Amino acid sequence: MSRIVDAVNAPFAPVRAYFRKHRSLGIFVGVVLLSVALPLLTRVPPFDGIQSTNAWVNAFTTAAIYAMLAMGLNVVIGFAGLLDLGYAAFFALGGYTYALAASPFSGIHLPFWPMLLAGGIVGAIFGVLLGAPTLRLRGDYLAIVTLGFGEIVPITLMNADKFTDGVNGIGGIDKPNIPGILQFTLINPWPMYGLVVVLFTLIMIMIYRLEDSRLGRTWDAIREDELAAESSGVNTVIAKLQAFAVGASIAGIVGVVNAAKITIVTPDQFRFAVSISALAAVVLGGMGNTIGVATGAFIIYLFQSILLKQLNTLVENFNIPILNQIDFLEFQYVLYGIVLVLMMLKRPQGIFPARRRMREFAPLKIGKGGLK
Amino acid sequence: MAAADVTSSSSSRPFANARLPFGIFAFLGLALFVLGIDQFVNALTLGAIYALVALGYTMVYGIIELINFAHGDVFMVGSFVAMFISSSLLGNEGAITNIPLLAGSVLVLFALTIGVMAIVGALIERLAYRPLRRAPRLAPLITAIGVSFILQNVIQFFFGPTIVTVPQLVPIEWSIEVSGSRVPLLNIFVIAASVALMFALQLFISRTRTGRAMRTTSMDRDASSLMGVDINRTIMITFLIGSGLAGAAGVVHGLYYGNTSFNLGFQSGLKAFTAAVLGGIGNTAGAALGGFLIAFIEVGASAFGYGRWGGAVVFSLLVIFLVFRPTGLLGSHSGDRA
Repeated sequence: MSRIVDAVNAPFAPVRAYFRKHRSLGIFVGVVLLSVALPLLTRVPPFDGIQSTNAWVNAFTTAAIYAMLAMGLNVVIGFAGLLDLGYAAFFALGGYTYALAASPFSGIHLPFWPMLLAGGIVGAIFGVLLGAPTLRLRGDYLAIVTLGFGEIVPITLMNADKFTDGVNGIGGIDKPNIPGILQFTLINPWPMYGLVVVLFTLIMIMIYRLEDSRLGRTWDAIREDELAAESSGVNTVIAKLQAFAVGASIAGIVGVVNAAKITIVTPDQFRFAVSISALAAVVLGGMGNTIGVATGAFIIYLFQSILLKQLNTLVENFNIPILNQIDFLEFQYVLYGIVLVLMMLKRPQGIFPARRRMREFAPLKIGKGGLK
Repeated sequence: MAAADVTSSSSSRPFANARLPFGIFAFLGLALFVLGIDQFVNALTLGAIYALVALGYTMVYGIIELINFAHGDVFMVGSFVAMFISSSLLGNEGAITNIPLLAGSVLVLFALTIGVMAIVGALIERLAYRPLRRAPRLAPLITAIGVSFILQNVIQFFFGPTIVTVPQLVPIEWSIEVSGSRVPLLNIFVIAASVALMFALQLFISRTRTGRAMRTTSMDRDASSLMGVDINRTIMITFLIGSGLAGAAGVVHGLYYGNTSFNLGFQSGLKAFTAAVLGGIGNTAGAALGGFLIAFIEVGASAFGYGRWGGAVVFSLLVIFLVFRPTGLLGSHSGDRA
């Protein structure tokens, strides 16, 4: 079996070697190819029967937003080993930042592009504000503090009616535009798709470069053994704060994009469930592996929002008498829960584990060259 | 995890235990003075429910260091099981005024619900957590989330997404006079039943052989295994008890509020968990204390017209507490990790 795989892979070896050397270029080419291939794929059966290409592109955009969120959370959890259960709070802060800066509710209409940056800065500031007093805590205690923060933010957004219009949220948020060239609209999903593809590429390149940087190695050291890292002269508090800030700023930026995409923000969009699904994506995708996490998030979103909803049609096609009686739509979240549990039982390291973690899970192998 | 840890941690702080009862009484007196008797009783009742749920969180965390996210939903399922038993099996529709019949029904209701929920909890442990005992920390956390999804949606499927009424067996008219205010017997019964269960748990953990096995397992799993403790059995019993208490909380919730809904578990679970942390996670007495404390904060906030901010106050307190005193009010065995 592996011989066949090797034979298929052989012609690509030089290509792979090239992109291993120039990884940022590789990510760029890969994402661009994928972003062209996915819409084309929706034109062929069986995908074309499910929904229109525009609806598919819209779904891909949301899936990519979700994937970016998971990549950002992966910096905090997978790289630095800090369990953050309130990640949606930063997502919310980004979204509300843009909503307040560009909507009829506040009466201000600032352009989208600088706000993208502002969302990231707001996220980072709150990340540092939350992190500074709490990062001395370890493990589960940090998880609980972040969980508390994740609850406080939506409750505050809900109750501070004067500034956020409470439960109703802020609607009619401005769509981005490139003056004179392109105006984003709700009907045409393509410009937003393009924007998300570009942002996705940039964030992924940034995260990969961070992972290999001095800071990335610091995070490795802290995750594996905080005490040893500290004794080796690593300033763990600063490094952890940086992980928090990077993760939070990515969530803030993605929050701005999300607000601009759906043009409304409400406190309910940012409840605990969002933090949890991002966490599920990180763990299922394979903690610590950026591409794995992004792919995992992408697949989970599509599985949850499209495949599960299609089960009815799928079963009808097979014409199995008993199954036809069941409305699978009612079971979709039960199925999601079952998939989460089964995935963890069968493959606790995730679908695409990071190479380091893969080794941790593999049984010790003793080969020709001794202990490997 | 239990009484033993309280004594061991207090040995380093000799006055801690002497100060504690005084602190509690002072707090209760102040709360009674500020809130007035009606709100005071309300807070105590709500606190009893939180405390019962918090016990399950704290016991499970104490023994396998898992934040059992499904526990709030176990409580929710408990309230539905109680509703089902009460209205469908026992055929109750409302208050029962015949005292022996009422006592019998309530007793059967408690016993059956606790039994069913204990089995449900043990099943969850067996299927979703035990296979992951040697897996990394986050894996069981994710299965817990999966279980929470499953429980919520199974209940939603059978009982619908709306609020479901539960027969309130104890007549609400029955009450006693305390310094000019009516205190419903229902509240007194709820508080008494919960406190009795907490004392029973405390006795079980500190006096029985199994209780001792639970304490040793939470301190050092491998060492207690070497001493002949059956770890899997002990952990399963912990889940049995924790889920049974959540079932009892479900009964109490139904009797007191007269309704339940499929999304009850999440918010109350989160608050019960906060209670467990405030009291010192892993510490059963602390969990009970934390449950009452949170109820007082919430009821106090709504008494002064800030009901909508109750949740925010609770969680802010949680953050502040963890920063300045991560071991919680009563300390815990896992404090050294904070």
